[in-house]
This record gives sequence, C-alpha cells and structure tokens, in this order.
Amino acid sequence: MSYNVNEKGYYGEFGGAYIPEMLYPNIEELRQQYLKITAEPEFQAEFDALLKDYIGRPTPLYFAARLSEKYNTKIYLKREDLCHTGAHKVNNTIGQILLAKRLGKNRIIAETGAGQHGVATATVCALMGLQCIVYMGEIDIKRQAPNVARMKMLGAEVRPALSGSRTLKDATNEAIRDWINNPVDTYYIIGSVVGPHPYPDMVARFQSVISKEIKEQLLEKEGRENPDYVIACVGGGSNAAGAYYHFLDNENVKIIAVEAAGLGVDSGESAATSALGKIGVIHGSKTLLMQSPDGQITEPYSISAGLDYPGVGPMHANLFATGRAEFISITDDQAMQFGLQLSQLEGIIPAIESAHAFAVLEEKKFKPTDIVVINLSGRGDKDLNTYIDYFKL
Amino acid sequence: MNRINQKLQEDKKILSIYFSAGYPNLNDTLQIIQDLEKNGVDMIEIGLPFSDPLADGPTIQASSTQALQNGMTTQVLFDQLIAIRKTVSIPLVIMGYFNPILQYGVESFCQKCAEIGIDGLIIPDLPVDVYAEEFKATFEKYGLKNIFLITPQTSDERIRFIDSVSDGFIYMVSSASVTGSSAGFGSVQENYFKRIADMNLKNSQIIGFGINNAETFNQATQFAKGAIIGSAFIKHLTENGVDSIGKFVKSIR
Repeated sequence: MSYNVNEKGYYGEFGGAYIPEMLYPNIEELRQQYLKITAEPEFQAEFDALLKDYIGRPTPLYFAARLSEKYNTKIYLKREDLCHTGAHKVNNTIGQILLAKRLGKNRIIAETGAGQHGVATATVCALMGLQCIVYMGEIDIKRQAPNVARMKMLGAEVRPALSGSRTLKDATNEAIRDWINNPVDTYYIIGSVVGPHPYPDMVARFQSVISKEIKEQLLEKEGRENPDYVIACVGGGSNAAGAYYHFLDNENVKIIAVEAAGLGVDSGESAATSALGKIGVIHGSKTLLMQSPDGQITEPYSISAGLDYPGVGPMHANLFATGRAEFISITDDQAMQFGLQLSQLEGIIPAIESAHAFAVLEEKKFKPTDIVVINLSGRGDKDLNTYIDYFKL
Repeated sequence: MNRINQKLQEDKKILSIYFSAGYPNLNDTLQIIQDLEKNGVDMIEIGLPFSDPLADGPTIQASSTQALQNGMTTQVLFDQLIAIRKTVSIPLVIMGYFNPILQYGVESFCQKCAEIGIDGLIIPDLPVDVYAEEFKATFEKYGLKNIFLITPQTSDERIRFIDSVSDGFIYMVSSASVTGSSAGFGSVQENYFKRIADMNLKNSQIIGFGINNAETFNQATQFAKGAIIGSAFIKHLTENGVDSIGKFVKSIR
C-alpha cells in the first residue's frame, strides 16, 4: 500500500481538485508541467544550489542530549529553525518560484496566517525580482505586526483579507479570488500541502528534502537510515509532509502527527481537525475539515497561528483514516510549557507550532533504545510577544 | 420536458436573476421568487449560502454571510421552498458550493430538489470531470440539469466536452473575474461572446458575471440566449429591501 498521491491526485479518498472552472486552465497547466519541470537537470541544479547557499541546507540533525536524558530515549532534532527566514516554509517557496519563472509568470500571490509563508514568499520574490502580493487576514495583520513589517521591507504588498473571520482561511479565499481575477500573468504560491491537486504533492516534494536529509544524517550518526519515530506538528501539514515523505511507505518507521488542541479538543476553541473534522471540501481539496452539520466551515482556534487552520492536507487525512499515523493533540498550555522547557534544556527557543510536536514527549512513553526524530520546524523569534504575554516575561 | 429546456425554446432573450436565500431577511425567499416571476423574470437562481464562496466577489459574499447569520441552512431553504410550485412556474435553479451539498448527501439533496420542483443546479466548485464520473447518473435519475461554467480562458476542446456533458444551458462567465465586477464589456468580451456563438454548441449559452444594467444585458444577449444578474440585484435588495423588485426588473428590460 502506498501512502503517496496517485495519478489522479488522491491520497486514498482524499485530495482531488474541486475548483471553479475559472481556475481550471492554471491548475491544469500546473498539473501537466510540475513533474516535468522539476525533473529537469537545470531546475534541480538551481534548486539544490539555492537550498545550500541561500537557505543554508542541509540543516543539522542534532542529538538533544539533555532532552534525551530527561525522557530516557534518543531524541534528534531536525533543525529547520535554522533555515534562512526562520522556518521550513522557504524550502517550498524556493521550489515554487523557480517553477513560476519557468511558466513565464511575473506576478506572485500568496496567503499567510502567522506571516511565515508570507515572509518566505516575499523573500524569494525579492531574490528573483518578481512582484509579490500577500493576502493576510485583517486580524492576523494586527497579531503579527513584525512579520508584516518584514514582508514590506522585502518589497511585498500585504493586502488585508476583510471577509469572513479575517484569518488564514479567508486570506486563502482572497488569494484564490485574486487568481480568478488574474489568470494569465499570476502564479499562486500555496504555503502548505493543501489546495487542489497538484499543490499538495508539489509542496510535499519540495519539503521532502527534510526527510531525505534525516536519512543521510541518521546513517552517519547511528549507522541506520530509519528512525523508530518521526514526530511533527500539523496545521495544513507542510513540515510534517516533508519530515514523513521518505518514510511514508516504510511502516517500521512510526509516524506521529501533532495537532493543536487549543484550549482543549472539546472546548469549542480547538484546531484538532482529525478529532473534530469530517470529510468535506475546502480550498479545492477533499479532506478532513472542521465544519457545521450544515457544511459551513467553522473557525479553528490555536495559540499558534500556524496551526490555526480548519482543514488538513489530504495526505495527512489519509494517514489518519488508514491509521498509518498516530494523531495526538496538544493544548496551548502544554505547548507553551514545552517551549519554555526546550529553551532551558537545549538553549533553543522553538516556534509555538514546533513546541506542540515536542509536547508529545509528555504524552507518550518511548523506549530507551528508540530513535525519535522531532521536526523543529521553526524558531520562536516570531512568537516572542506571545511568550512574553503568556509567561509575563 | 424540464422547465429549463422549455423556457430555452421560447423565442425571447432570457433574463435570469440570482439572489442569496435568506437575505436580506431569513424569510424573504418566497416573496423574492414570486415578485421576480410576477415582473417577468424568466428564470431564478436561488443561492444556497456558503461560508467560503471562492468564486464570489464582496457583494455576494456579504449577502451569504448575512444569510447564514440570519439562520439559513440547506434544510431551512428546502422547508421554505416546499410549496413553491403551487405559485411559481418559471425554472428554478439552486446555485451553491459543493461542501454543503456533500454534507446533506448528494443523492438526498437531488431527491429533495426533485420533490420541490427545482430544475437544475449550479455548483461552481464541482468540476465537470468529477460530475461526469461520480454524480451524473444521480442527477439524471432525479431529472436535474447540472449547469457548467465556461470562461474566456476555457479551451475550445474543453468547451466541446462541457457541451457534450450538459443538457440545458452553458453558463458563460463574461470575463476573468469573481462575481460583481462592473467594468462593462469592451471588445475583448465581445470577441469572446462572438467566438463562443460561432462554435454552434448544442446547448444555449447564458452570460453571467458583470451584467448590472440594461446596457450590459443588451450587449450580452446580442450574442447569447440570455443573461444572469446577481450582485446588482443583491445591491438593489440591500438598498431598497424586497418591496421594489419590479422597479429593478424594469430597469433591465
């Protein structure tokens, strides 16, 4: 059984391209071109060179000695927090901007929640000299002022999404509407493994460098390519897709997906899509989705803006439905406490998103001989204000 | 014969009006439909509101949001419409996004539409390929026409495919935009309207998006069987309520 995408764009029963006809020509062009273009030697050479010299890859696989001692197991951190711009998001934007250039597009649009994907998109647009417009919910613009300033400094225009709940889901709607209004010159860089096929697969492939490096680095350090566990947080799920990618079909490697429980899964203020969602269609993809009985998409909540999404990528929906991955949800409080603990045990301040993944160590017992890789998807600089407010620093 | 096909055979240009069910007030649905028919409108698209209407501009988005806040749901709409065929005889089409229909159950939804006397559906985010493979048989079982969109970017080959799957009319999106643009039609649109008219498709075409007054209605219907007005009518409802629907219709033709 394969847990990867099939030729029709589905992971099991999840995925597909449920798009208005207005988007069909663009999505179809992408579907026909993405594998061909990304397989070209010049594309790969340019992609690899930028990953190495611009982003700073390979990112280290760091053995966390003090954390391992405390939890009595062998814990490695995949240091995506050390990527240029501070998170894994830029792996994907580098790949997509190279693709956009080859498709002859000169106007780039993106959606962003916390602003990390917006910053990563603005960064590569500056690098390539392309016009960049980032849609961001009006509420998120207020919550994430430093990232708004970064995008502006990088030359991007930040447009507020004023509809609906004025957060990530609405920013995504606005970006899609922009693409409908500008079908010829514009390319839409989606930031996660969501949206219509081929986006989930394309983004997963660009992020798959994470698990490719984990294999190489683990072989060097432990004499084996495969860990016992890979753990990552899941909002839309791009860092998780990258961390799982080369282990998907090897069931000896156990996969743990960590969702944001917010104030508690049953509190009404949560983003734990696997627990609360039902199959539905959001942003062009059939997937698990938080919604009312009537099929209206509901507002998620998490202290971490990057996990605050009412759906989940179709790859992850399938990992959940098939039982291939174990899904665990972590509350705001658990994540915040672990953010503090990781800072003080290892000298690393994690993004609050990533802190959710670590908090699994409190929830689940691992054997002393287990090799556990946790994807440290981003650094906590962007979250300092939230940490300051929470801990009264 | 289905009311849509019957209407299309009449020797006249079709004026179709869209409104969001449950807007401005939850229980305005029946009065709006009846007044539109009384004032000579040929067909009505009843919008089933959705929280995330991707293909719609600000006017229809805002009316959908308000309708949902007013308490509109799929079931409430069906309950409102249950006796509609006692008073209304023009074709009625439900326009809605796929997720609420999926949650109701596609077959149950179709069955209920047939029971009420709905003639067709427009589901912008249900692609023609998925429809043809998974749902066509169900729609046909209940005598429902599924209406597909084409745009200026749709290739001739795909238009032919859509024409082959359709039985009713093809919804021609006037320009690359979400609903509610008001730029008017220039030579680019006219060339596109003409290109499609010259394809001699088996289905009639009705043009929508950007039709907001008599001028754009006349321009569109020079080349097509009819035209659909949505956002402009919603704006009229916002400003005037449901009491002067006749005035709006008369301003169009």
